Amino acid sequence: MSIDARAFVLGCSAIGAGIAACAGLGTGIGQGFAAGKGAEAVGRQPEARGTILSTLLVGDAVAETSAIYGLVVALILLFANPLVGQL
Amino acid sequence: MSENLSIKHYGIFLPGGVEITQTLVSMWIVMGILITFAVIARCKLRSFKPVPAGFQNFVELIVDIFDNFVVSTMGERYSYFANWFFGVFSFILLSNLSGLIILRPPTADLACTAALGLSTFVLIHFFGIAKNFKEYWKSYFQPLPFLFPLNVISELAVPVSLSFRLFGATLGGFILMGLVYNLFPMFLLFGLPAAFHGYFDVFAGCLQAYIFTILSMTFIRGKLPE
Repeated sequence: MSIDARAFVLGCSAIGAGIAACAGLGTGIGQGFAAGKGAEAVGRQPEARGTILSTLLVGDAVAETSAIYGLVVALILLFANPLVGQL
Repeated sequence: MSENLSIKHYGIFLPGGVEITQTLVSMWIVMGILITFAVIARCKLRSFKPVPAGFQNFVELIVDIFDNFVVSTMGERYSYFANWFFGVFSFILLSNLSGLIILRPPTADLACTAALGLSTFVLIHFFGIAKNFKEYWKSYFQPLPFLFPLNVISELAVPVSLSFRLFGATLGGFILMGLVYNLFPMFLLFGLPAAFHGYFDVFAGCLQAYIFTILSMTFIRGKLPE
């Protein structure tokens, strides 16, 4: 059985996109950790709820960057594949 | 994969090679809404009364909320940034919400978010040099002089991460909505997409607009004197 070069590259790109999306793993753990700490802080100091919430959201946004980079890599591999053009 | 699932732009070419894409059209619609609102608010400004009611109440409410937001993040001294950030915030918010009326969100295009990220970049360095000249250059050699290249890279990463965050979040939501509409069986398409729109367009859209503005404010504030 012979494999078309284009099909091979496309299939490997799809696998690569799936692996790139794994970047969300660490972000999920990190954001869950931050949210848990935020809930703890609100429990200890309920009157500072607004400040804690905005700090938590900004921290989460920065932590989310790596997951979004993974998503962008996955999207490029799926929809704007640069490797197929090099065949 | 069905044709509808592709994230390709659909556009028409004008004579002269200018392409009118979906992003451009929905951006014009968002700009039209914002400009119309601004013009109406400006015309009504003459008839504003000391005791607000109705439309005046709404305008004063949003301006007041935003002024307080900027003052609490950047301090009383830099409250004039509220003008710029109110425009940016309302543009990003309406762009993200435009997915609700079947437009392609303009922020799902890297060109749009890169323009927003670059304007933050210009503001950071313009105000850093103009207001805080000595400290600005000194900050590149902190904490140790040989870390200069790393400081430059971290400055250059700011607009990239700002624009890619907004772009990735919006485009991800856009693609997931496309998946929901194309892959779900017919009987699931009554009412259920509203929940997904509520999450991806309304919740994530408001959150990303808020995060873009507050991160820009924090970065600009970091280069300004106390």
